[in-house]
Amino acid sequence: MSLQIISIILGSLTLATALLVVLSKHPVRSVIYLVVTFFLITSMYIMMNAQFLAIVNMIVYAGAIMVLFLFVLMLLNLNKEIEPVNTRTAQFTALIAGGSLFLILITALKDTLILGESFRQKNEQIGLVKELGNLLFTKYVVAFEITSILFIAAMVGAILLAKREKQIIE
Amino acid sequence: MQANMSIGTSLDFFLFVAIALFAIGAIGAMTRKNMIVLLMCIELMLNAVNLMLVTFSTYYGNGDAQIFVFFTMVVAAAEATVGLSIIIMAYRNLKSIDIDMYNQLKN
Repeated sequence: MSLQIISIILGSLTLATALLVVLSKHPVRSVIYLVVTFFLITSMYIMMNAQFLAIVNMIVYAGAIMVLFLFVLMLLNLNKEIEPVNTRTAQFTALIAGGSLFLILITALKDTLILGESFRQKNEQIGLVKELGNLLFTKYVVAFEITSILFIAAMVGAILLAKREKQIIE
Repeated sequence: MQANMSIGTSLDFFLFVAIALFAIGAIGAMTRKNMIVLLMCIELMLNAVNLMLVTFSTYYGNGDAQIFVFFTMVVAAAEATVGLSIIIMAYRNLKSIDIDMYNQLKN
């Protein structure tokens, strides 16, 4: 019963902060609300006993990616006055499109499988670092190595793109 | 009914939250014109999909989906880095982050 209340509170808080990300006019506030949303999603991972993903989500998303976003926002020096706003018609259309997407997904998943299934999982060891490490370094080791190449490519690309070109300045 | 009894403790609740998060992210990606907020909405949608994958992984008692979530996070990190550096470069040229200005990228 108490778990039920906790998960309902966490879920509604997640949706509320996600809505605030979209609705707030100030980009920096959007970033802060997004960090809170990621922390709440992390709490859901913990409730499903996915410990490794909970930690990785907190470090990578709430830590690294959001700080990157915040840095770029500070670098560009944006404020409320130059915030571009869409027209009313476009906003209304987007609301209808998103709402129907939500309804379609809910209807598609309504008749599927897991009504009433508790999140006490069958195999409690699944989300732990040991099990996932075993999987990652045996079955998915090729994908893991390719990931490192992707990261190097992203790093080089980011530095090349964001660098100032000296030739143009002179 | 079983569903009424178990709302909140069932895995359906996490599925519902994931679907709602995805819809909110999609609405944000369609409404906002700030390029950076748009990237943030895409991150929100990616996280919704991650949550759904973890839910199904918990249901089936199978770790493969959690590895997939790990790779999604890796790709999302790379995507955010490259996307933000493209935004910085475009901001230097255009002095704006309005997404309507970015149609000049095609030239």
